[in-house]
Amino acid sequence: MNLRSSVDIITEWDIVAARQLGRNEAKDVGFGTVDQARITTAISELARNIYLYAGKGKIEIRQITDGNLKGLLVIASDKGPGIADVRKVMEDGYTTSGGLGAGLPGVKRLMDDFKIETVLGEGTTISASKLLR
Amino acid sequence: MMTRIPILKLRDCLIVSIQWELDDQTALSFQEDLLDKLHTTSARGVVLDLTPIDFIDSFIAKVLGDVISMSGLMGAKVVITGIQPAVAITLIELGIRLENVVTALDLENGLEKLERELED
Repeated sequence: MNLRSSVDIITEWDIVAARQLGRNEAKDVGFGTVDQARITTAISELARNIYLYAGKGKIEIRQITDGNLKGLLVIASDKGPGIADVRKVMEDGYTTSGGLGAGLPGVKRLMDDFKIETVLGEGTTISASKLLR
Repeated sequence: MMTRIPILKLRDCLIVSIQWELDDQTALSFQEDLLDKLHTTSARGVVLDLTPIDFIDSFIAKVLGDVISMSGLMGAKVVITGIQPAVAITLIELGIRLENVVTALDLENGLEKLERELED
């Protein structure tokens, strides 16, 4: 099973659309209210990062299975400037936007698995997943 | 597409119940509307009820934190009520601390707390 859906992030309103899609998908998988809030919040942060730093990009949401476990994979991709120092953006409290986002460490804590691939001048892809336990 | 959040006046307090998910523009215009209302009504306190809200991201948290500080500058106290368990959990995991914010379980407790704060 690999159901996917996605939202292009171009305006602020797309951030709302992405997180609503995420909440619906999380409900559909069977996540409880706390995990739904975690996933919705993580998507909102990732979509906002795209809007703030890359201008435009895409949030893709896939229902996944890992053995007997169902889950959700969120892929945030953009063709923005890329991240120069990945270690630095993963430090709590690091910001280049004056504190507009809680940053990636927060997203990592909300989800189970978190990966960044980034190439300067080419873009960034962040994958974050959560399994239903 | 933008919606405005109603702000009610009860004696010398303003009461706001946020009933739906906040988008960025609604949150920002609420900030201005609340400060305008404080100015025109000379209210001394605000109860901001978030009972129906099922998630708060860092942007909404910042707007709420800012409006509380701004209200403070104008001499008004703000009490936040009705934060759901899922919202409390995600805000802390996200690393957001709404420090120095007065909170209460529900609207009724919030109004009582606000009245006590205003007496001090």
